[in-house]
Amino acid sequence: MKKIKLLLVDDEVPFVEAMTKRLKKREFNVDTAHSGLDALKSLKNDNKIEVVVLDVKMPGMDGIETLREIKKIYPLTEVVMLTGHATVESAIEGMRFGAFDYLMKPCDIDQLVTKVTQAAEKKQIHEDKIIEARIKEITARHA
Amino acid sequence: MEKDKQNIYYKMIARKMVITIIMVSITPMVLVSLIIFDRFKKSYHGKVGAHLDELVQKHKQNIDTFLKERLGNIKFLAKTSSYEELKQEIFLQKNLLELQKAYNNVFVDLGTINAKGAQLAYAGPFQLKDAQYSDAEWFKNAAENKYYISDVFLGLRGLPHFIVTVKKNFNGQELILRATIDVMAFNSLVENLRIGKTGFAYIINKKGNFQTKASCDVNPEKKNYADLLKKIKEAKNGERLIEKKDEDSGEKLIYVLSLLKGGDWLMVYQQDYNDAFSSVKIVRKIAHMIFGIGTFCIVLMAVFLSWRIVKRIAGIDKEKEMLNQQVVETGKLASVGELAAGIAHEINNPVAIMVEESGWMEDLLEEEDLQKTKNLGEFRRSLKQIKTQGKRCKEITYKLLSFARKTDSRIDDVHVNEIIDEVVSLSEQRAKYAKVFFNTNLGKDLPLLSLSKSEMQQVLLNFFNNALDAMEKTGGNIDITSYFQNNNVIVGIKDNGPGIPKANLARIFDPFFTTKPVGKGTGLGLAICYGIIKKMGGDIKVQSSINVGTTFIINLPISEQKKGETDLVPDNLDAEA
Repeated sequence: MKKIKLLLVDDEVPFVEAMTKRLKKREFNVDTAHSGLDALKSLKNDNKIEVVVLDVKMPGMDGIETLREIKKIYPLTEVVMLTGHATVESAIEGMRFGAFDYLMKPCDIDQLVTKVTQAAEKKQIHEDKIIEARIKEITARHA
Repeated sequence: MEKDKQNIYYKMIARKMVITIIMVSITPMVLVSLIIFDRFKKSYHGKVGAHLDELVQKHKQNIDTFLKERLGNIKFLAKTSSYEELKQEIFLQKNLLELQKAYNNVFVDLGTINAKGAQLAYAGPFQLKDAQYSDAEWFKNAAENKYYISDVFLGLRGLPHFIVTVKKNFNGQELILRATIDVMAFNSLVENLRIGKTGFAYIINKKGNFQTKASCDVNPEKKNYADLLKKIKEAKNGERLIEKKDEDSGEKLIYVLSLLKGGDWLMVYQQDYNDAFSSVKIVRKIAHMIFGIGTFCIVLMAVFLSWRIVKRIAGIDKEKEMLNQQVVETGKLASVGELAAGIAHEINNPVAIMVEESGWMEDLLEEEDLQKTKNLGEFRRSLKQIKTQGKRCKEITYKLLSFARKTDSRIDDVHVNEIIDEVVSLSEQRAKYAKVFFNTNLGKDLPLLSLSKSEMQQVLLNFFNNALDAMEKTGGNIDITSYFQNNNVIVGIKDNGPGIPKANLARIFDPFFTTKPVGKGTGLGLAICYGIIKKMGGDIKVQSSINVGTTFIINLPISEQKKGETDLVPDNLDAEA
């Protein structure tokens, strides 16, 4: 099975480092960013990114804002939110703007892995459907 | 100590108020009373003085007229009689009889005296023919003046009388016609002047001798007379009314004086001051009485009013103090909340990193070369412990944050009984294991409350959990009641657990206060409840006795409260974390 490529966005560098190591060990292809702008840049450079794990509270462009930007430019890319303080509001807000799910920091690595995998699957299904639709369209044209 | 100081302070206020009220009330009363009384006294004095003066003047005129007329009688007699006639006793007797008939026995006798003082003829009841008057005082005066009226004297006959003389020259031969006037008749003129109990009049001559019979209790001394005379000279045109203290009895007397007989005699009207001005005395008495009663009433009012006002002030002060304390408490809670929220945000990230790092170590332990390590089990246990404690930290920060900020504070119109039922059914599962039974006795027709449903759930759940924790081993009952009273919906939660010790009772709502073992409780549950209920404008009361149980009473006002007013955390903190 092919490695899932994910982008980990958090302003806490040590957290990102530890997470990256752990996720890599679990057969993920991990890219990192330390701010919302960085994240958008990375997405621009690398269109292979399937899932973004995004911290809500960040200086400058915060998680919710970044999420909206991502969803605007790359609607198929799935986003899993990480919230430092689990409040229903911020979670709901995130979901409303198209996040796949949310997790509370500090989170269980297994939970994160599950969520990211699910998100990647969802994206895959979406992409497959689009490809299928395209094929159908093309074949229909030829017919 | 503090209380004593306060008491002194209140007493001081009361005293100041009493004094001020009394001063302000009594001063005008005194002034008005004094002025009115003084005015009254003066005008009354004036009136009485004028009245007495008039009376005395009238009597003086009467007396002067009387003397003038008597002198006139004698003058006429002298003028119409010849030298020979006057020497005849029969002629004198005839005239005396006529005079007595005409003037009601005023004339006692008549006599003719020659220039040497020998009485030539006499008509009257006494045997005074050939009497020698050459040494008599009055004769000297009579010889010098054409007409003369003497002072009252005893004379040869040894009876008080006075005489009227007229000197007539008959071709070088001088004769003096003399008439004696009855003092009794003269007295009656003065004695008529009697006013009140002590008012009477008398006449004295220049030497201070009585010219009329005075009331028995008068003893005019020469000094007295001189004084009076001096005074009358001083008060020439003005008042003839003189006030003087009697030196014997010490009583105050008034005198009205008038000179008569060309200044030889002085008519004195004398009366006790108190008798003359008895009305003033009565008025003064009434004034004193009114003043006394007024003062008494004012003092009574002042004391009563001050007492009441000071009592009121003390009450207000007490209320204020309590309010201040409450404000301080709330402020403390709010600042604790802010601090807690800040700490929670700050701590969360390092904890997350720690947990991740330990997770990473766990991952590394899976690598082959470490599998053979002797202490592999210990490593695993240790890392697991770090993870567990990290989760605990997470829980604490989570609770701190919910303490500091509202979770879901959308305000709805809710029925409190519904929330109670919901939370009871949630807790019943756990209660079953602890052998605790819920009894609900919920009031019907309770009004809807405007509050956040989730917050109310949180509060109730917290109370139930505490009760369950307390009765976990023993089992027991939780009675929940709700009813409506004084515009408040009241929810009572009563357990029959071990109770809260008195020392802890005051602190149970303090943040971080817990009696649970370390790691079991954060000490924030009741503090959060307290914050929530206060935010709703309500109140929580607790009653507890050891081994009997604990009752929490939640007071919820039905009036809609303003949104967000009592939020414990300012908005900027949300954005920061």
